[in-house]
Amino acid sequence: MTLRSEKTVPVLTLVAGLMVIWYIATVFLNAPFLRDQAERAGTPPPSFSELIPLTMAQERPVLPAPHQVAAEIWKTTGAMVLKGRPFSKRSLIYHAWITLSATLLGFLIGTALGVALAVGIVHNRAMDKSVMPWVITSQTIPILAIAPMIIVVLNAAGISGLLPKALISTYLSFFPVVVGMVAGLRAPERADLDLMHTYSASRAQTFWKLRLPASLPYLFTSLKIAMAISLVGAIVGEMPTGAVAGLGARLLAGSYYGQTIQIWSALIVAAALAATLVALVGVGHRMVLARMGMKEAA
Amino acid sequence: MTVVSAQNLSLTFQTADAPVHALKDVSLDIEAGEFVSFIGPSGCGKTTFLRVIADLEQPTGGEILVNGMSPAEARKARSYGYVFQAASLQPWRTIEKNIALPLEIMGLDKADRQKRIERVLDLVELSGFAKKYPWQLSGGMQQRASIARALAFDADLLLMDEPFGALDEIVRDTLNEALLDLWARTNKTICFVTHSIPEAVYLSTKIVVMSPRPGRIHEVIESTLPKERPLDIRESAEFLKIAARVREGLRAGHEA
Repeated sequence: MTLRSEKTVPVLTLVAGLMVIWYIATVFLNAPFLRDQAERAGTPPPSFSELIPLTMAQERPVLPAPHQVAAEIWKTTGAMVLKGRPFSKRSLIYHAWITLSATLLGFLIGTALGVALAVGIVHNRAMDKSVMPWVITSQTIPILAIAPMIIVVLNAAGISGLLPKALISTYLSFFPVVVGMVAGLRAPERADLDLMHTYSASRAQTFWKLRLPASLPYLFTSLKIAMAISLVGAIVGEMPTGAVAGLGARLLAGSYYGQTIQIWSALIVAAALAATLVALVGVGHRMVLARMGMKEAA
Repeated sequence: MTVVSAQNLSLTFQTADAPVHALKDVSLDIEAGEFVSFIGPSGCGKTTFLRVIADLEQPTGGEILVNGMSPAEARKARSYGYVFQAASLQPWRTIEKNIALPLEIMGLDKADRQKRIERVLDLVELSGFAKKYPWQLSGGMQQRASIARALAFDADLLLMDEPFGALDEIVRDTLNEALLDLWARTNKTICFVTHSIPEAVYLSTKIVVMSPRPGRIHEVIESTLPKERPLDIRESAEFLKIAARVREGLRAGHEA
């Protein structure tokens, strides 16, 4: 608990600093439009003090002010709940849920795939030599290029809806899991492995009683990264595919119609979602380490 | 009964630049109930010899029998317990769970495991620490726990590779005394690798002085000390005489 309160002050200070910068940027980025408007209308340009409130009340500002974004988020989340329609198509809760479901499914598949590959790499010489280069190569291809291909190919195979988007999350999230898990499964030292050998332990016993428990701290560190990029994958998967629902679709629609406030509120909700998900993995991490009697490493 | 019997044992490691002769023509018999120390400078093959007995290294020449079997058969027959320089306790297991590890692997039932854990914890005087995690124990206590783990499955042969090498002098004295006591009570055969002359002389019935490049036995010294050995025996003339012989052997082996 002491750690929490030690962190609170610096975090709040940082947020306050960012807010100040954001408000200043709002004024300077939105002012040119107001001056142009005045010029076209033939009226004298507004004075600086008149300008400030106007820059923060535009319908499609270059940069919306924080309170505009906050109001938009409230209008599309809390207010919808109060109206009893939290899952209406105009609600960000609905869109966030669409993205979240793809994120979680992709994360689960990615974690399972990553762990399976890592177990194969550690136990099979042929896989050790052949799989890792492909795993690394897979991540050098821009996800924006491959996402539409995944959707199109799967659609042709008759698979649509949640799964194609989740697979784009999987494509990104399995990578840190493979890398972390291989390192974790290889973490036991020579003496630890020798000891298992002197007990004539089978490979399965060595795996369950030594390699797997030794790898868990590594796995959780990887899972935090995997969770965050799963969300990125789900959003990216919604953007080039003409999706009508999800945070990615919201971002895309916002940019079509120049709805910058809508874009920013979707961005903020996505960031909050990512932070929450990563924090939840962190809680799992601490619980597992506590169960294992280990002091927290991260 | 001969527990370990080595005839012209050799082990050569092939490295990138030149072959390393870790062991060359090592012949040695170890009888049941003996306490044998292996002493010598780095690279003399003392640890390698222990690892060959344990089937952790494969000899490239000669013959070795452990309890009349090949090392691999002896390992499968649970003939020996091995204690490493680092305690190598699993940090996610409590002390009792660490001792249970080999017993779980060997498929013993829970009641039997519990009985054995209590018995060996008592033997190494760690009875109150069953539920503690390794990091809650001092280095000396961790090493005692790892000895308990090696004793838990009743192997008659205990292989110890510099088990007290990383501990300070005072802790080492206590553990040496405790180890002798344990050896007297359990009638085990112990092979003990060390860098320390006083430790070797204090503990052993037989001291094997080894020399490097190639790793070989320089001299085998039978100890004339009585089986009862209080710590202050280390100031006796007899003790100092044996220690002087070991030192001389080490020097001669180094120059040869």
